[in-house]
Amino acid sequence: MLRFLAETGAGELEAGLTAVGRGIVYGGAAIGPGIGIGLVVGNAIEAMARQPESAGTVRTTMFLGIAFTEALALFGFVLSFIVTG
Amino acid sequence: MTLGLEFPPISHLIVWGTGPGGVNKVAVIYMFAAFMTLLIFVVGGAKQKLVPSGLQNIAEVGVDFVRNQVVMQTMGVDGLRFLPYLTCLFFFIFFSNITEVIPFVQFPANSRMAMPMVFALITWVLYNAVGVVKQGPIHYLKNSTVPPGVPKAILPLVFIIEIVSHFLVKPFSLAVRLFANMLAGHLILVTFGVICASTWALAPSIVITPFSFLMLVAMTGFEVLVGFLQAFIFTILTAVYIGSTLHPEH
Repeated sequence: MLRFLAETGAGELEAGLTAVGRGIVYGGAAIGPGIGIGLVVGNAIEAMARQPESAGTVRTTMFLGIAFTEALALFGFVLSFIVTG
Repeated sequence: MTLGLEFPPISHLIVWGTGPGGVNKVAVIYMFAAFMTLLIFVVGGAKQKLVPSGLQNIAEVGVDFVRNQVVMQTMGVDGLRFLPYLTCLFFFIFFSNITEVIPFVQFPANSRMAMPMVFALITWVLYNAVGVVKQGPIHYLKNSTVPPGVPKAILPLVFIIEIVSHFLVKPFSLAVRLFANMLAGHLILVTFGVICASTWALAPSIVITPFSFLMLVAMTGFEVLVGFLQAFIFTILTAVYIGSTLHPEH
């Protein structure tokens, strides 16, 4: 490990770790909203199938729910650009 | 060299970048969007006929769409006075998004943080002003930060969380949602475009080149949907926030 560290050039390790960190930040931020959007859309489809006449209202509300859930994933996306070594 | 991959700093709000008179590609796209919005509503509304034709059709469909799908769903009849602003907002955001898929432009102007932030600040001022005018300053603060039925013991914590959520997170997430969606879509198109062009030029592969080309075509179609959807979501969230201060929960 120490030999490996001695062989890396100046800044190389930081750049590599930054890339790994960006991946972890976005990947971690995408887990919860992925599950959440699945729940929102799944339940909206169930509602539409049960009551096709209310499909319009359900669709608008579904987009709202998606937008609120998705915000967390997008924070992670933006944060992954802000993370620097 | 700027690859367009860096997160644009806050200073982009003040420094407009390079170009003659500080006018760069983003500014030109916003001028185009403003011009198109003006064209539809000024020219389309100039000679109003009973049977609409041409631009009047587009203007009527747009107003009707925002009225029935956005205002009536979220605010009711009281919100109709915000209809002109919301319609303009929708069309302006849509036109500055749709340049993402227009050939030779291929850049969504909203993938720079400046203008989404301005839209979000306008929304922030609007819903706070509506709340203060409709409910009075003290009532407005109480209604928006103290949810009914909270035990006294955890009230201070809830109060702080609600203040952060109501006055900071709402406008920030509004701006970031539009910005990040457009930036992500642009990056996807750039990625597949670069893979397609470089494999074609350097080492044409029977698998990767057609695959990335097909993905590029499919993603371009998807981005049309995303541009429309983000304009719609921004407008409807603005309406929801205004509606929540217009009709507070008791």
